[in-house]
Amino acid sequence: MAVQNKKLNLKDKYQYLTRDMGWEPTYQKKEDIFPHEDFEGIKITDWSQWEDPFRLTMDSYWKYQAEKEKKLYAIFDAFAQNNGHQNISDARYVNALKLFLGGVSPLEHGAYQGYAKAGRQFSGTGARVACQMQSIDELRHSQTQQHAMSHYNKHFNGLHDAAHMHDRVWFLSVPKSFFDDARTAGPFEFLTAISFSFEYVLTNLLFVPFMSGAAYNGDMATVTFGFSAQSDEARHMTLGLEVIKFILEQHEDNVPIVQRWIDKWFWRGFRLLSLVSMMMDYMLPNKVMSWSEAWEVYYEQNGGALFKDLERYGIRPPKYQDVANDAKHHLSHQLWTTFYQYSHATNFHTWVPEKEEMDWMSEKYPDTFDKYYRPRYEYLAKEAAAGRRFYNNTLPQLCQVCQVPNLFTEMGAPTKLSHRQLVHEGERYHFCSEACCDIFKHEPEKYVQAWLPVHQIYQGNCEGEDVETVVQKYYHINIGEDNFEYLGSPDHKRWMSIKGEKPADENQDAA
Amino acid sequence: MSVNALYDYKFEPKDKVENFNGMQLLYVCWPDHLMFCAPFALLVQPDMTFRALIEEILKPATAAHPDSSKADFLNAEWLLNDEPFTPDADASLIDNGIDHKSMLTVTTPDLKGMAGVGY
Repeated sequence: MAVQNKKLNLKDKYQYLTRDMGWEPTYQKKEDIFPHEDFEGIKITDWSQWEDPFRLTMDSYWKYQAEKEKKLYAIFDAFAQNNGHQNISDARYVNALKLFLGGVSPLEHGAYQGYAKAGRQFSGTGARVACQMQSIDELRHSQTQQHAMSHYNKHFNGLHDAAHMHDRVWFLSVPKSFFDDARTAGPFEFLTAISFSFEYVLTNLLFVPFMSGAAYNGDMATVTFGFSAQSDEARHMTLGLEVIKFILEQHEDNVPIVQRWIDKWFWRGFRLLSLVSMMMDYMLPNKVMSWSEAWEVYYEQNGGALFKDLERYGIRPPKYQDVANDAKHHLSHQLWTTFYQYSHATNFHTWVPEKEEMDWMSEKYPDTFDKYYRPRYEYLAKEAAAGRRFYNNTLPQLCQVCQVPNLFTEMGAPTKLSHRQLVHEGERYHFCSEACCDIFKHEPEKYVQAWLPVHQIYQGNCEGEDVETVVQKYYHINIGEDNFEYLGSPDHKRWMSIKGEKPADENQDAA
Repeated sequence: MSVNALYDYKFEPKDKVENFNGMQLLYVCWPDHLMFCAPFALLVQPDMTFRALIEEILKPATAAHPDSSKADFLNAEWLLNDEPFTPDADASLIDNGIDHKSMLTVTTPDLKGMAGVGY
């Protein structure tokens, strides 16, 4: 054997460390080794056609990630030592972190598990390696997000038990059920759901506002996490597009299956992101852009171009995107007024937006804010000033699929609640929309077992019959500290004392 | 359609009436009163009268709204699971045909919420 050049070039190295890690089995059947590869009906004729968008090998992966980690944790340390939390725009901002920590970071962890599982199931080595790296990325994101935000836990309420709350709290069942739905699907649906529909089509709507929001509001720890995750996210997005094109190019029978998954996961992602809409418009004291602007740029324009590009594969834009486009004028306002009235059951605070903020919304939502939503806040502010801060003391009807309270309105009829119901095998089910009802009809067996938080409370499975007991004992939300109105809350008082101001209504000792 | 799975994928519905300890779920929507963000999900006794539902459950549930004290719910326009419905005030919910997870919609024609936009 001739002695070859000791140092491999990148292409060879990549070949050795990825493709050559796969082999043809001799004493086991391939379908026994990869039992999940066929049941979804996706036909792969030639795995070698898989193009790896990033020719990254494990050794260089570890090297890059270690470099990024070192820089990231140096900044976390500096942030903590310099009491970085004192430099944020306003303590109301921290409520966005509480939502993120309970709603998003556990999904990163779910993605880590999901990619590990999906990657195991592909007989194609290119796809396996890509899933493996993304799996490790997602674990890193979950950890670094928790580390970035842990500093705030020393100074503000509501951040103390995010993982526990993710499994139990009513509104966190929205992100949890989204990811559980994806993870319990087959590997191809999982990639279409998370890599394509979420990471490629919709993720900019989460990460751009959140990271820019952190920058605009002086949260250097979270901004730095964002930068550190950015190159990973770029890799994930590229994988998302590669996955979809690869599946579609492999066999024409794959097209209708993928189309249905795109319809489903676009909608599920859109419903999940309604939480982000209110974060952008209401929870960032210094605002980046409105939800409606973000939707126009990141979905209507970018998504429009994408689906134009996918037309040649026989893929059309997601069904019900017209409903989502119409909702951009209303979504954040409908969400915030919902959380405002259920603030006694959340681990974050809510408030009536300040006058300048409402003027900003009038400008950003010229056709809807003054007409439909400003009057609500004026009424709520008046009630609060009279000592009757509004809390809804009943529980809401939830959608069987997305698990959001049925708070959305019909397209073109913003004062009419959207509601659908059907009877399946003798049981009634209720939905927020035609789209969620469609999802149910395709896979009723999956959604009849939905763990709906409101129904679970009523069945007596949440350690108490009244909301207060459930919130305190089952959710681990500390009553009077984590929940209720922001004004006058311990967080608010602490912030005033940091800023050297006294609460308007009383003399409060520094926390 | 049916779920695509590797095995016979069949599970009991999580919200069957027998899981509610003798009670049942009832949803009530009051259109044009979006101060309440979504229809109410209520836990009720199947044998309670319709009148008791109004007096003991619906009125307290809606009390925070200024229209609530003016509303004549008994004589309002009702839908049961999207079909026109005339309640019998002294009959039980079940005898009124209101079964587990039914949805009632009650429209109060003269009361259209606040600000002219159904709030």
